[in-house]
Amino acid sequence: MAAPQPYGSIIGDGFWNNNQALVALLGLCPLLATTTSATNGLGMGLATTAVLVLSNVTVSLIRDLVRPEVRLPVFVLVIASFVTAVELTVQAYFYELYLVLGLFIPLIVTNCAIIGRAEAFASKNRVDRALLDGIAMGLGFTLVLVVLGGMREFIGQGTLFYQANLLLGDAATGLSLSLGEGFQGALIAILPPGAFIGLGLLIALKNLIDKRVKRRASVRAAKAAPAPQSSGGVAAPAAG
Amino acid sequence: MSAALVSSPHGSRPNRVDRVMQEVLLALVPGVLAMIWFFGWGVLINIALAVTVAVAAEAAVMGLRRRPIGPAVGDYSAVVTAVLFAISVPPTLPWWMTLLGMLFAIVLVKQLYGGIGYNPFNPAMAAYVFLLVSYPVAMTTWLAPDMLAEHAVSFTESLRLIFAGALPSGVEWDAISAATPLDEMRGKLDQGMLIAEIRLSPLWGDFGGRGWEWVANGFLLGGVYLLWRRIITWHIPVSMLAALAVAAGAFWLLDPTTHPFPAFHLFSGAAILGAFFIATDPVSACTTKTGQLIFGASIGLLVFVIRTWGGYPDAVAFAVLLMNIAAPTIDHYTQPRVFGHTGNRANP
Repeated sequence: MAAPQPYGSIIGDGFWNNNQALVALLGLCPLLATTTSATNGLGMGLATTAVLVLSNVTVSLIRDLVRPEVRLPVFVLVIASFVTAVELTVQAYFYELYLVLGLFIPLIVTNCAIIGRAEAFASKNRVDRALLDGIAMGLGFTLVLVVLGGMREFIGQGTLFYQANLLLGDAATGLSLSLGEGFQGALIAILPPGAFIGLGLLIALKNLIDKRVKRRASVRAAKAAPAPQSSGGVAAPAAG
Repeated sequence: MSAALVSSPHGSRPNRVDRVMQEVLLALVPGVLAMIWFFGWGVLINIALAVTVAVAAEAAVMGLRRRPIGPAVGDYSAVVTAVLFAISVPPTLPWWMTLLGMLFAIVLVKQLYGGIGYNPFNPAMAAYVFLLVSYPVAMTTWLAPDMLAEHAVSFTESLRLIFAGALPSGVEWDAISAATPLDEMRGKLDQGMLIAEIRLSPLWGDFGGRGWEWVANGFLLGGVYLLWRRIITWHIPVSMLAALAVAAGAFWLLDPTTHPFPAFHLFSGAAILGAFFIATDPVSACTTKTGQLIFGASIGLLVFVIRTWGGYPDAVAFAVLLMNIAAPTIDHYTQPRVFGHTGNRANP
């Protein structure tokens, strides 16, 4: 196997370069269905992160014990156990949020992002890296859920973090922002089409930023090392 | 005497986007005039506002994309989109909804997909559905046709209504608004009334609603003009209206007490406008002849199904958008056989 991935690159992958929602396009079902508000997105994202971290660590620990022929059923069993635990936890401590998210918490089992990380990363890496990968991928996914939920909530009903107290306790009531009763939001943002349009715009934004960064980097590289005019048979120095 | 040699084709008109769009705008005139006659100045104000916003948005996005602005604005395609949108929405729609709708149509539905020729959906209908889903109340409040209204809304009153949301002094909504024929029919049928009882209302003309059927006649006239000028072919409009009439006719024959006469479906709502001006959008419709027949007939059937059993009174926008999605697939399976080949080239 190749050299283990450095920690910084694992974090960068999780939040940006291989973001599960914006680049890998995994876990779209809960992503599109539960992001009707920033609070729902945050709740769903944190639940997914918890499952992802626990399953990554467990899979990494048992990776030498499980025969490759049966690894997928074993991974699914591991994930399903943790999802059940998380579901019961949410039901016990955040009951209102549990009612809002409903079926989508048990459906975390089928979130491709989780089995994807178990198969692609945790089953091939040491526990510390698997743990970090779970945290980075989970929080990267959560970030997209919160941004998309916030966008849809803001455009659709003119509020932000409405009912944040369901998730974060009464102290978070001050976090809620509202444009007031007179705001006539575009209802479509909260309905399913708004989820697809919003996700499309977010992906486009990410690609735009990547393109800008790349172009700026290449301009800087060209400035730092002016291209040699006479190369002939000599190999040009690798640029970037 | 000199005889200049000109190669063929002889006597052809340049078939360019701007000419086609100008012809479409010309063909819309009779229907738009009828709408202004029956529903007042709000129609004209909406058209002016929508055209301004659409052209500005088109120019702005082309500027952002670093493309030449002149040809994109000069081809009138944004103007046609704006006019089709403006005559589909109520003449009292608040100005900012028209603004949102046109921005949605031009920026999201048209330019983000690559501009004219690349949009999979009809921009005007996508904007209409966007507003209908988002603001159902404002989008279904229609003015009463002129001769039925207790109070005729003047030009300045229309301006105040659209830009300030202020009703004329001493007048309630009820005095100037009325249910559209499709709304009236749906509502009364849901209450269990029979067609014969419903038709007693002064709202009705010969086939559709009073006033409304003349608007449909105006668009029919424009549609015939487009056929005569060969801007569109007969396939989509005829198959769409025929499918709608056949479906409506079958149910009318089964039970004439609860299903309206087929002509009601043709001359109410946006059926005629949709058949000649919206479903025939050359970008988002099918291109093969067989495909166009399937495309049009499916829209007609969907219009009947959604009008009769669906959640919204009119269905042309939904039906057109649904079939826009299917258009590439239909085109793929209806490729004409190339001379000399046997069998279908798409599925050898």
